[in-house]
Amino acid sequence: MENKNFEDIFESKLAKNEMIEPKDWMPDNYRKHLLRQISQHAHSEIIGMLPEGNWISRAPSLRAKLVLLAKVQDEGGHGLYLYTAAESLGTSRDEMLNALHTSKAKYSSIFNYPTLSWADIGAVGWLVDGAAIMNQVMLQRTSYGPYARAMVRICKEESFHQRQGYEIMTHMAFGTPEQKEMAQDALNRWWFPTLMMFGPPDIESPNSENAMKWRIKRETNDQLRQRFVNQTVEQVEYLGLTVPDKNLKWNEAKKGYDFSEPDWAEFKNVIKGNGPCNKERLEARNKAHNDGEWVREAATVYGKKQMEEYAAA
Amino acid sequence: MTTQEALFKYTLRLGDNSIILAQRLCEWTSKGPFLEEDLALTNIALDIFGRGKSLLEYAARVENKGRNEDHLAFHRTDRQFTNNLICEQDNGDYAKSMIRQALIDCFDLMLYTELSKSKDETLVGIAAKSIKEITYHKRHSFSWVDRFGNGTEESHERAQKALNELWRFTGEFFEMEEADELLIKEGIAVDVKSFQAKWEEEIKALFLKANLTLPENVFMQTGGRKGIHTEHLAYLLAEMQALPRMYPDAKW
Repeated sequence: MENKNFEDIFESKLAKNEMIEPKDWMPDNYRKHLLRQISQHAHSEIIGMLPEGNWISRAPSLRAKLVLLAKVQDEGGHGLYLYTAAESLGTSRDEMLNALHTSKAKYSSIFNYPTLSWADIGAVGWLVDGAAIMNQVMLQRTSYGPYARAMVRICKEESFHQRQGYEIMTHMAFGTPEQKEMAQDALNRWWFPTLMMFGPPDIESPNSENAMKWRIKRETNDQLRQRFVNQTVEQVEYLGLTVPDKNLKWNEAKKGYDFSEPDWAEFKNVIKGNGPCNKERLEARNKAHNDGEWVREAATVYGKKQMEEYAAA
Repeated sequence: MTTQEALFKYTLRLGDNSIILAQRLCEWTSKGPFLEEDLALTNIALDIFGRGKSLLEYAARVENKGRNEDHLAFHRTDRQFTNNLICEQDNGDYAKSMIRQALIDCFDLMLYTELSKSKDETLVGIAAKSIKEITYHKRHSFSWVDRFGNGTEESHERAQKALNELWRFTGEFFEMEEADELLIKEGIAVDVKSFQAKWEEEIKALFLKANLTLPENVFMQTGGRKGIHTEHLAYLLAEMQALPRMYPDAKW
């Protein structure tokens, strides 16, 4: 009976577009779904630092280096807010990291693709962050308070990143013939993996239905993907580059582009762990974590000693 | 040597010290021992790169030969870089990076504090901003030295090893040459000897508190001012300069 009351309160909050806060009662499935989504999002930010970090030491101008360094730092900061939001659901950061390091937790598959040239840094900012924003803008109004608030801040920074990415692409696309070639090559390699970021087609998306009901998600995968394509094609044209899809065509009736489906077999394969960099990403993360163990231990022991001295004084 | 030539040389050297150290620090980005520390270290790298960029911009302007900060950073050879050897030393473990940072932060805070009294307004502006940043960097690196020295047996051992390795590069901080002498007379450059004793005193106090032993009778390495570096620098530059060297006509 009592649970029923709690559930009614929860449902009525959702219906009134009110936020659910950490101390509010929530159904187990809601908690589980959020925890999975937020921790996965946090992991994506942290793993996402790796492909971009790959070019910090080789950024081709001092300005470009400062911008990229700041950007990668922002991603780490996003990871931090998101871990904190996830912790409010009752799981510690250590537990989440452990799940990441032992491959039990997922992160966005896009980061299992390599950054092979400087143009990739442009493409990641422009396309990958652009696609992430599409997902994230709606999350600013998501039903769980800490997540929604973290997303407000994250979205501001991400749209800045997207502009920075596009700026790099502009320099490359309007630069020397070699630069333009790098820009086109980056677009060719990142286009379909970016479209995969919105998740499987609606008919095959197992988690979407509840997520829509709980206002954890507010638009479907296919809707977001369509919107992304519509928006991005124009930007590609401005750069004088070509979308690597022969089926791309304006459809007047739907006021949007028709386009090829990404290769969903590849998508599943990368999720399974067979992407070009799954192994490297996980190894890099584990190495950093393991190499840092004695540092964390020293800090803990030092902290304890300080407390003891303080207590004795 | 004219004042202009001396100022170019002096500013370039300050810029090189910043760029090379920051290039090392940013190797830690995404590899830090935990997330907060990763962010802190990246922040420090950003500050130091920012300072280096301002200094190289100014050096290029002083030189007045049509070069800019990127020419200076990306199109000079290791023999033309005049940074202190300590800046280019590999990161090693976190103890080595933090000991390196503490030794440099302590020196830099004194250097830029003095430089903020210079007769050169641009250097004064850069110094004023740097003092705020280095004060925070120093608090960060000093607290890690203390934590490592007084933490676990392992952290103590690693910190002592790092100190033993790096101490031989600290003599260079206090070297001066013709450009320095000339600019000191003009009230532009800092007489680093003026705070050497104070630096030694602070560093001794830090390591005493951290329960670490300063190496004695160490032969001090030198060469940075003449562009004669350790073997590390050429590799660092090969990586840092790869793109602008490969595509000299490209704008990024």
